[in-house]
Amino acid sequence: MFKNYIKSLLLLELLKGLRLTGRYFFAKKFTVQYPEERAPMSPRFRGLHAQRRYENGEERCIACKLCEATCPALAITIDVEAREDGSRRTSRYDIDLFKCIFCGFCQESCPVDAIVETRVYEYAFEDPGESIMTKEKLLAVGDKNESQISADIAAQAKYR
Amino acid sequence: MELLDSFLPHDLAAVIWIVLKIVLIVLPLMGLVAYYTLAERKVIGFMQVRIGPNRVGPNGLGQPIADALKLMFKEIILPTKANKTLFLIAPLLTLGPALAAWAVFPFDAELVLADVNAGLLYILALTSVGVYGVIIAGWASNSKYALLGAVRSAAQIVSYEIAMGFAIVGVLVAAGSLNLGDIVRAQDGSLFHWFWLPLFPLLVIYFISGVAETNRAPFDVAEGESEIVAGFHVEYSGMTFAVFFLGEYANMILISALTALMFLGGWLSPFQGTFLEPIFSWVPGILWLFLKTAIFAFLFLWFRATFPRYRYDQIMRLGWKVFIPITIVWIMVVGLAVVLELPWWFD
Repeated sequence: MFKNYIKSLLLLELLKGLRLTGRYFFAKKFTVQYPEERAPMSPRFRGLHAQRRYENGEERCIACKLCEATCPALAITIDVEAREDGSRRTSRYDIDLFKCIFCGFCQESCPVDAIVETRVYEYAFEDPGESIMTKEKLLAVGDKNESQISADIAAQAKYR
Repeated sequence: MELLDSFLPHDLAAVIWIVLKIVLIVLPLMGLVAYYTLAERKVIGFMQVRIGPNRVGPNGLGQPIADALKLMFKEIILPTKANKTLFLIAPLLTLGPALAAWAVFPFDAELVLADVNAGLLYILALTSVGVYGVIIAGWASNSKYALLGAVRSAAQIVSYEIAMGFAIVGVLVAAGSLNLGDIVRAQDGSLFHWFWLPLFPLLVIYFISGVAETNRAPFDVAEGESEIVAGFHVEYSGMTFAVFFLGEYANMILISALTALMFLGGWLSPFQGTFLEPIFSWVPGILWLFLKTAIFAFLFLWFRATFPRYRYDQIMRLGWKVFIPITIVWIMVVGLAVVLELPWWFD
């Protein structure tokens, strides 16, 4: 009791606190200067979605709707129809990024590695409706980042 | 002064000369306040293992200017049913006394705007007037959070005023004068002639009361972001908010400078009476004062980065049941030491 009284009167605990922050004042700083420096990123990173193509330019997606079925946030909407050559293709493939929780289940479920999540994370929407990734937008993202996407998939292949 | 006198009537020349001196004090002070805000963000950043603002200008040195410009161009919102006159006067009532107090502040042996004999009383009075700005702001805003903040702040400042006053009484007993210049001259001699040693408990209490007076962390219940948003200045925006901000920081610098003046020998060189004295004799006294002030100004920031906010009843307990008894006891100790002419402070 008396000991505690002396302790609080001499501000010992407060001085301890000051010593701690005083030490951190001189510690090495962790700040990452974002646009110039970037934190390291895993090949498993789940960022903006993309649809991929085969090397001959044919889109991979075969409209099996597994991604739509597995999506826990119901962010994916798919319509199917037969193309002129008779193959089964999507006529509409929308991902609502506002609903998407970036769990990566669509990528896991895809039997042909068509839908993937890329490392792209710097994007923004200026108008309502822009958050819907249509098939064209997804394919464009895929075309732009194909080399990175295939490298990441190759790096992950041995763990699957 | 002589130059002005030669082509102007004497009274006018004197007025212009005084205004010039005021400008010479206030402008550097404003610059200091601006860069004190940057220092605060940097210091707190460093203590949180970040580097703080560094984008505007080299090392972020343009940040205060950018902040000031932003606040100037923002809209001043008058809440409906707010008392407009009082609402607009309140920020000035906080800033005004914080600046006016510097009038009697001796920056060097001869460098003082007004060499007032009751300088310490004047300063005590002006630092207390600052609370009116807070109360009026809280009341005139017509907002419950602002009112709560104002009430808290008023109670707190009144409580700590007493402990602060008693600490100052200790200083004036020791110095035997209310004149700030004489208080410093009473500490003449060496590092160990300064009052920090015999008056150490009063130094601690004066500075902590100062932290409470300026509503700074850990005594910032008047703002209490997490409970009452921003307390007495929730409704303020743009320039009116900026003036509150300036007032708070000017007050912090004032308290730091006063602590340095009363306990750390003001403009006196710390090497007085040692073999280093001639080596450092070229350093102007104002620089020593600045460095001593900087120590306490840094402490303000250090406290803010370290301590969580006190609970309200704890603040009151500390002020009334701890600080006031200690100061009263220590005044008696100091009085005894003065009567006995204890060497070497009081002989």
